Amino acid sequence: MNPLLQEIWQPVLLTVELAFVSTLLLLLVGTPIAWWLARSPVWWKEIPATLVALPLVLPPTVIGFYLLIALGPDGPGGALAGLWGGRTLAFSFTGLVIGSVIYSMPFVVQPIRNAFEAVGDRPLEAAATLRASPFKTFWTVAVPLARPGFLAAAVLGFAHCVGEFGIVLMIGGNIPGRTRVMSVAIYDYVETAQWGRAHMLAAGMLVFAFGVILAMRLVEARVTRQGV
Amino acid sequence: MSETKASTARGTIDFAFQGRLGGFTLDVAVCVPASGVTALFGPSGCGKTTILRCIAGLHRIDQGHCRVDGDVWQSGALFRPTHRRPVGYVFQEASLFAHLSVRQNLLYGAPSRLADHVVGLDEVVALLGLGALLGRAPAKLSGGERQRVAIGRALLSQPRLLLMDEPLSALDRTTKDEILPFLERLGATLALPIIYVSHDMTEIERLADHLVLIDQGRILASGRLAVLQSDSSLPLIRSREAAVSLDAVVAGHDADYGMAVLDVPGGRFLVPSPMLPTGSAHRLRIMAHDVSLSRDAPRASTITNVLPARILETTALGHNELAVVLGLGTGGDGARLLARVTRRSWEMLELACGVELYVQIKGVALVA
Repeated sequence: MNPLLQEIWQPVLLTVELAFVSTLLLLLVGTPIAWWLARSPVWWKEIPATLVALPLVLPPTVIGFYLLIALGPDGPGGALAGLWGGRTLAFSFTGLVIGSVIYSMPFVVQPIRNAFEAVGDRPLEAAATLRASPFKTFWTVAVPLARPGFLAAAVLGFAHCVGEFGIVLMIGGNIPGRTRVMSVAIYDYVETAQWGRAHMLAAGMLVFAFGVILAMRLVEARVTRQGV
Repeated sequence: MSETKASTARGTIDFAFQGRLGGFTLDVAVCVPASGVTALFGPSGCGKTTILRCIAGLHRIDQGHCRVDGDVWQSGALFRPTHRRPVGYVFQEASLFAHLSVRQNLLYGAPSRLADHVVGLDEVVALLGLGALLGRAPAKLSGGERQRVAIGRALLSQPRLLLMDEPLSALDRTTKDEILPFLERLGATLALPIIYVSHDMTEIERLADHLVLIDQGRILASGRLAVLQSDSSLPLIRSREAAVSLDAVVAGHDADYGMAVLDVPGGRFLVPSPMLPTGSAHRLRIMAHDVSLSRDAPRASTITNVLPARILETTALGHNELAVVLGLGTGGDGARLLARVTRRSWEMLELACGVELYVQIKGVALVA
């Protein structure tokens, strides 16, 4: 392959991979959190809700800084890396995924929580009176009825992971093939005055983001039109 | 009632709930038959729905018990969660699953093994007239259709007790009249006890066999509908709309005039009606203000139904009217009727308890 093309493609593929893996994990982790936040009657649930929402307000550098410490050799991330003989999770793809998941969590939890709250008690009670266990009720009533929320969460989560910059720079650095995602690559090209390449990536990202969000919106509109 | 005796009692639904729920205090204990339709009646906010939700396990009040036909659902620390209670629950709003078709809604709670079906899909579809709706989405149904699907969905979960929380109150008059016949057939077709919450006495007069009167979280009275309707110590008799429901049997048909002949204990009524099968059971409703009293048998009158009766009890309604409880038949030991008369008439006719007279009934409604 043309080396220039490869140099451009590598960050693109890495970005997409990071966004896919992160979105999947976000949905897996975010759904139970959103369910608990939507359904639990305890007042103190707003404390974990606030923790989840922190990345909305904090500068990425602050979160990146703490993550760097946590993922580093002396933090829990280092201990985790030790399990497979590593020394640190910082400056690795795994570290980027962890960072992305934490940083994008509010964008996933909030729409799903809102959707679960919009479902309300009644359909769940109706399912219970029809002999459905809480587990069956969750999968056959709550999740399908909250589908628009899941769609919104996936779009927002994915888009946010694609567009992430500050945290990646803090905990990932700029290692080609491992942590050099598109946003970092563009920054790098601009820093080194390679305007042409920066243009290519930036324009590609623009088109890509537009395409993904438009596609999701169209799907959402169709779902709504079909009158669920 | 001793605990052990009650816990094995078949044929009854026995529940008691004492405690606070939100800002509301509930203190009820009652035992009703595990057959026919039992209505919980009372003003809005009296706790009817709360009681129903406690029976279903949707609310938990720790102090109390709930035993249904020999099956313990709640007692002491034992509390079966809702999904382990064989109830069917029809909410005020249909509460169908919006993401499922009518057919999928109907079958949502149906046991997967066909052998466990007492009521089948075809039977429910026929009973509730759902044939044309099966493929549709709930959003495409009218309010009445939605409520019928909700009833069908509850029935197909093979409940042993059907709980209905004002299933008609969200519907307009026409739609109510469209659904009521289905509900009447329900009671007649399926041997399924129903507890029916309502604040609309006309629904109860058509459907209920047993009545529980509730006010401010307490039980005022519980008994057979006709007995409570004509009980002078209860508020029902004082209502402008006071009426009695009589269970009648068709004795014949007067084809010349198109009138059904219906027998109740102590009397016989002629009611305009299409041909009804002889021996079939129907319900008549007679409003208190449609009954007038006469010392003598009137000779010339347009009123068809004139029957001998005896005055059993009276209650003053304010200063110038009385509610009169009458027993049909010369001895007064037949079915009970209510009449509403002015104090002026009462005194001019020199009426009193024990007096035998004639009741003239202007309107007899064949309600079921």
